[in-house]
Amino acid sequence: MLLFLEQCLNGLQLGLLLFLLAAGLTLIFGIMDLVNLAHGSFYMIGAYFAATFTALTGNFIFSAIAAFAATLLVGMVVEVIAMRRLYGRDHLDHVLGTFGLILFFNELVRLVWGPAGMNVPLPEWLNGHFPILPGIEYPTYRLAIILVTLAVALFLYILVMRTRIGMLIRAGATNREMVGALGVNINLLYTLVFGLGAALAGLAGLMQAPILTVQIGMGENILILAFVVIIIGGIGSIRGAFIGALFVGMVDTLGRSYFPDILRMLLSQNAASTAAPALSSMLIYLLMAVVLVVKPEGLFSPGHR
Amino acid sequence: MSLSFRNIVLSILFIALALLPVYAKLAGDGFALTLFTRIIILALAAVSLNLILGFGGMMSFGHAAYLGIGGYAVGMLAHEGIFNGFIQWPVALLASAVFALVIGALSLRTRGVYFIMITLAFAQMAYYVVSGIARYGGDDGLTIYDRSHFFTPLNLSDKVQFYYLCLALLGGTVYLTWRIVNSRFGLVIQGSRSNDMRMRAIGFPTYRYKLACFVIAGMLCGLAGALLANHNEFISPATMYWTRSGDLIVMVVLGGMGSVAGPVLGALALLLLEEALPTVIAAALYPFLGVNASVYGEYWQIVLGPLLLLIVLFARGGIDGMLQDLNVRFARKPRVLPS
Repeated sequence: MLLFLEQCLNGLQLGLLLFLLAAGLTLIFGIMDLVNLAHGSFYMIGAYFAATFTALTGNFIFSAIAAFAATLLVGMVVEVIAMRRLYGRDHLDHVLGTFGLILFFNELVRLVWGPAGMNVPLPEWLNGHFPILPGIEYPTYRLAIILVTLAVALFLYILVMRTRIGMLIRAGATNREMVGALGVNINLLYTLVFGLGAALAGLAGLMQAPILTVQIGMGENILILAFVVIIIGGIGSIRGAFIGALFVGMVDTLGRSYFPDILRMLLSQNAASTAAPALSSMLIYLLMAVVLVVKPEGLFSPGHR
Repeated sequence: MSLSFRNIVLSILFIALALLPVYAKLAGDGFALTLFTRIIILALAAVSLNLILGFGGMMSFGHAAYLGIGGYAVGMLAHEGIFNGFIQWPVALLASAVFALVIGALSLRTRGVYFIMITLAFAQMAYYVVSGIARYGGDDGLTIYDRSHFFTPLNLSDKVQFYYLCLALLGGTVYLTWRIVNSRFGLVIQGSRSNDMRMRAIGFPTYRYKLACFVIAGMLCGLAGALLANHNEFISPATMYWTRSGDLIVMVVLGGMGSVAGPVLGALALLLLEEALPTVIAAALYPFLGVNASVYGEYWQIVLGPLLLLIVLFARGGIDGMLQDLNVRFARKPRVLPS
């Protein structure tokens, strides 16, 4: 029971991290109609910035904020230099162009930071355990991730639904020409949205940095999960991204920890331990397949585009 | 087939490929033979991808999965002691076909970006599944101790024979694709790319046509996978990693999606570029860095990435498109637009 609760929290944490990535992807697709494969690169860059700043200053919180800002900047620069030229083109062009960007970023990181991975030490006060219920402790840092991501999700909701900028973003998603014709600087808006999406991915990366090793290509696997999230949630819908992310996070985490046990009940010990790793990694894709059969456009699709 | 500039270039290329083993033998250049065998196998995979990507408009980002499935079919059977190619290769084709049928049936319910992401996700699923099977090496891959056995005169372990087998299969695949594209079936596929709704309105069940096309492309790529496993005498999950799917798309687009031979040009260009870039970078940096320049050659992808972006932005017709442009310049005949 205690383990189950812990696994649920782990699932929640993974889900919320996926939400940060998926929200950026879905915002960028919803508004600019751009398929951005290089989104995982920002996740990686955020983590590398955090690692560097922590090594330089020794202050994790300051480094996290600086890394967030730096990723925002990198995202905006990439938008101005490269992405801007891809708007309005074929999706295949987006796929190829951003695939080229992935190669570029992976190699750039290898050139600048070297091929070896980096580790980010946590400050004392985040490194302990926190009693969430009497007798049940959970790592403080993981709890902090959950709280920060929930706050960011709330901030995003308010930004998109309750502010003037958010109104422009939603309007831009519906009809970009009209918004431009009404005198809104649509180029600047796009740069901001892309930067925001990149920074969200960077935030996810820098928060994962102390838990995982910071390494090249770390953004690629989680990017695929983020794709699964938005396929399930429906592309262009932030609400869909949120629910899809929690769903995928939970199923993946719980599946990996309990599915082998369930298999063991059904199959022989030997067969179960052979099949379990392969089958539990299939679980979320099977989930995706089921969603596709039932609703090909995703659960919360904002309608035909 | 007119005697246009493009066709002359293609013919010279074909003759050069056919004569390559002679050069390799005379010059004692075993590496060239290995390299070009690899290029031809991947060109076969790219041609199969072009059938759905270029002609069918189905942007599959998971095509490398079939390379892995075909390869693992050969590898797993070899691991169990079955080396007979007449068993290995049909199993490779069948396994690819079944995978393509299931994935295609699900993915083709969607369009556009969804299709890209779903094919990518399913291919990654296959990657993780294979990585998890400890019996067949898991992450580390599987060494294949002997190439497929066929009837006596054909010996795949002979590098020259294997090269010609790959070249013949590539030629066969290009011909088959050409026949498919120009058949009634192929016209339906191309019609559905241009306007799916209209095709359905005329009365074609395009879903079934596209699914059949998807399965054919998957099988052809599975064949490439079986060849690749034989070539490397090794198969690992890395063969089906998603960046490999990306490479295949690059080959198709770089070569030109408009023609069946385009991807062959793309595969040649990309893989030769990969070989040449480190040297070129080292040479370009030599005046500034001296001996240290060769170290930076290994960062060639930093050049390749932006190069891809430039190709997307400025050279959408690919190499084949450029050759056809040259046609117009040389022959002053109206350009044949790619369908």
